[in-house]
This record gives sequence, C-alpha cells and structure tokens, in this order.
Amino acid sequence: MASGFEREQREQIEVYHYNWIAVIFVTAVSLAAQWTLPLLSPFFSNFDLPLLVTIYFALIRRSPVGGMMTGCILGLIQDAMSGHFIGVYGISKTVVGYLASSLGARIDLENPLARFLLTIGFYLAHQGVFAIVMRVMVNQPYPLRIWLLGAAIVNGVVGALLFALLDRLRKRIY
Amino acid sequence: MDTLLSRHRNVTVFVVLLFAQVVGLAVQVRRAAGSTDAPARIIRLGVVSAITPFQRVIAGGIHWVGDVWNGYVNLRGTRDENERLKQQVAQLRLESSRQSEDVSQARRLQSLLGFRQQYVAKTLAAQIIGAGGTEQSHIIYIDKGFADHLKPDMPVITPEGVAGKVLEVFPASSQVLLLNDPSSGVGAILEESRLQGVVRGSPSGELLLDKVMADETVKVGERVLTSGGDRIFPKGLLIGTVAEAGRQKDVFLHVRVKPVSRLGQLEEVLVVTEIAQEQTQADANSTQRAIDVLAERLPQVPQKADAIAASAAVNGAGRPGEQGAGAKPSTSSQAPAPAAVPPRLGDKPKSIPPANTQPKSTPPHGQARPH
Repeated sequence: MASGFEREQREQIEVYHYNWIAVIFVTAVSLAAQWTLPLLSPFFSNFDLPLLVTIYFALIRRSPVGGMMTGCILGLIQDAMSGHFIGVYGISKTVVGYLASSLGARIDLENPLARFLLTIGFYLAHQGVFAIVMRVMVNQPYPLRIWLLGAAIVNGVVGALLFALLDRLRKRIY
Repeated sequence: MDTLLSRHRNVTVFVVLLFAQVVGLAVQVRRAAGSTDAPARIIRLGVVSAITPFQRVIAGGIHWVGDVWNGYVNLRGTRDENERLKQQVAQLRLESSRQSEDVSQARRLQSLLGFRQQYVAKTLAAQIIGAGGTEQSHIIYIDKGFADHLKPDMPVITPEGVAGKVLEVFPASSQVLLLNDPSSGVGAILEESRLQGVVRGSPSGELLLDKVMADETVKVGERVLTSGGDRIFPKGLLIGTVAEAGRQKDVFLHVRVKPVSRLGQLEEVLVVTEIAQEQTQADANSTQRAIDVLAERLPQVPQKADAIAASAAVNGAGRPGEQGAGAKPSTSSQAPAPAAVPPRLGDKPKSIPPANTQPKSTPPHGQARPH
C-alpha cells in the first residue's frame, strides 16, 4: 500500500500519455487548418495553430525534448510553406517548446485561465524571438506593433478552447 | 563527459537544435544574395509535394461548400444586385463607346512615335488551394505548376487587377507572392499625375507606394497602375487606388494604396503565361492623321497679322500656285507645311524649316523604341 507521501509525489509527477497516432493526427490537422482557414477569411491568418499545438504537447507531456522536437518540426514545416528562410519559425517554436515543457514540469496547468494567460505569454515570446531572428539574422526588420497584443488574446482564447478539446484524447499514465 | 551531457540532456538538445538551425539559416541568407539555395529548395519541394494533395482536397471542399452556399442558399439581394449591375453595364457601354475614339487616336499617335505595345496574350486560370500559413507572409498556393508550364516571376492577376507574381513552381502547384507581402515590389505609376514609384507590401499587410518624393502632390483616390519598369508586369494594369497620402520625416511621401484585388479573399486567379509585344498599327481606314488631331487639340497661340503676311510672302514667292498661309493642313500622307500648321506653345520661331521639308524632330515612321 502506498504511503501518503508516495501518492503526493506521484500526483506531482503525473503526466499524460498521448498515442503517437493521435499526436501526428493533431499536428497534421493543425497544419492543414493553418493553410486553409485563411482562404475563408483573412482573420484566420492571426491564428497560429501549430504554435498552440506545440504549447499544448509541451505543457501536457512535460518532456522538454519532446516539446522542443515538436516545435522544431512544426516550425520548419511552416517555414517551408510560408516562403521564409527555413529556420526562422523553427528557432522560434523550438524556444517556445523548451520553455513550455520546462514550465509544465513545475506548475499545474489544468486551469483554463492559467492556460489562457500562458498561451498569451508564449505567443508574445514566440513573436519576440521571431522578430529578433528576422532582424539579426535575416536583416529584415519586423516591427512589434500593438495589434500583436490583440492577436495574442485571440490565440489565448482559441488555445484555451483547443486545449480543452485535446484533453479528451489523452490517457492517464498512473 | 557522458554523465555531464546526460545530466543536462535537455539543455544539450536545446543548444544543438538551435545551433543547427542558426547555422542553416546563416547559410541560406548568405546564399540568397547569389545563386539559388538548392538544399532549402529541396526541403520546400518535399514539404509542398507531400502537403499539396491534402490541401487540394480540403480547398476543393471549402470551395464546394462556398459555391453551394452562394449559389443556392444565400441569394438575398440578388434581384437588387442584378438591377444595379444592369445599370452599371449600360453606363460602362456608354463610357466604352466614348473612350474608343480616344483609344484609336492614342494608337495612331503611338504608331507615329514607333511605340511597342505590351499586352497580356495568354492567361491560365488557377484555383487557390492554400495560404502561406503565417500572418507575416502573404503567400498563396495555386493548383498549377510545372506540368502547366508555369515559371517563376510570371504575373498573377484577377479580373480587377494585379494580385502578385509566381514565386516558386512545384510539380503540381505554385507559390504566389501577393502584392502586400513585405518582400514584394511592383513598378507603379499614378494615372493622372504620372508620378512613378514602387508599390511594396508591409509586415502588417498594407500596400505602400514608395519612392515618391515628398515635394510631390498625390491625390487620394487616384488610380495606381503598373509602369512596366519591373519587366515582370505589363504596363497599365490596375494595382489599386491611393487611400492615404501624407508627409513623413523621410524624403519620400507616405502613400497607402488600397489594392483593387481582394488579396485576402482570392479564390481564383489568372497567371499571365505570355506577354506579347507588337508594333502598334495605325488605323488604315482613318483619314485624319493623329498629328493633326493633336495639333488641333493643343493650346494655340493666335497668329499675328505681320507673321501671316510674311509667311504668305515667303510661300507665294517660293512656289507659285501652292496654298497660302492659313490654309487648312493637307490630309495627305505627307507632313504638312509647317507654315500651315498653327504654332504651338514652346515652339521657337527660328526653327521653322522651309516649306515641304520634313521636321527633324519627327521620328521615322515605324521605328521601334525600347519600351
């Protein structure tokens, strides 16, 4: 019989498992939606669904390597499709994947409000890294305007809803 | 060493991933100035080829739903729109018949000056199957590629005006750089003031007319056309209208252009696959020469009595039996006697050549000039 201390420890390190097929399916759908939703309305180009998926898997799986790899691969695919130099989005999403997974291992992120605020923070961090890479390496200034805050809030709302939806696909390990 | 790396496995992987991407990016940026970057192109080709079939299916589904909605369900206001369009057609017909006269005159003038005319000879209709996927890039994917003989830098237009140009071509799809992408640039000219500049995109997706000096005046609402100076777009295609013009600290004006094509909601586009160039031909049936028409329309200085008398004396003494001063210009194919042509503003009296000689400034008929 497990003692109270052991139970508490298990709760703290509790992680959720995602089937690989589910991970691939979710990332593929996020990419497909990212490229087709703007055809319906330019408003949808404010969404960064691959970023939201990166944040979600990094937070839930609490595996920094997994988070980084997910962010890196999704970012590189986005670069290939968007016409940017390959690596601009890759670097940005790798950083966000690492930060999110590191944070996910330390704090509880089941609360929708916490997820909303964290998504806004990670979105802005992503844009900041993107702007730095564009200016320093590509020599193309990317001005950080106030509308980015609006886009961050929109992504925060979408992220909170999406995370609740994706929670249904996960399995408890312990 | 192994223990140290395994203890800091996460940080090690993070640094390795970042380092690899930074090096790869630096190589691409360095190569971008020179030759094309083959490894990056291979990555793009692989990703686009893998994803395009799915995009095509999804985009087809979206278009089908849109067509069903617009064609069968959402028909509110169709009757009013029909009436409005009928009125518009009638108005455009009137305008067209009025302008056809000006067009034929312009053709005659171009022919006299030896202009070469560029026009869109062949287009290929293409459907949009995807977007760039980021808010920073204004790129779309179309369902035509190598197989349809598309090439990079081909202009992409809509019935309204310019939309962008082909950036990269893949086997079954192509990447189109829209006008409002920050890396886009089109040679442009303002329709009335004839000021030239470059229409560029911006990170926020706005269209800006660049390189117009701050001491010029640009009217809001003026149409912006392609100038043909970029050697990609033929001259005279509509880009948009001036939405805002203001001064800034720079030496250039800040001119915002409202694109005529709905760049955010494109469904189909036309790729210009061939731009023809031909010498403009004068209308053989026309009996009135363009130079005469032009001379009639230009502002004229009233002739003084002594000038008329002197001219009459010169003509009368030199060639008996010829028409005197003040006679109507001949409508034959020869150039008119300068004395018979009313003097124009800016003409120097001393440069009047003797009668029946060709003015030196007149270019030989049919001479081609580079556009």
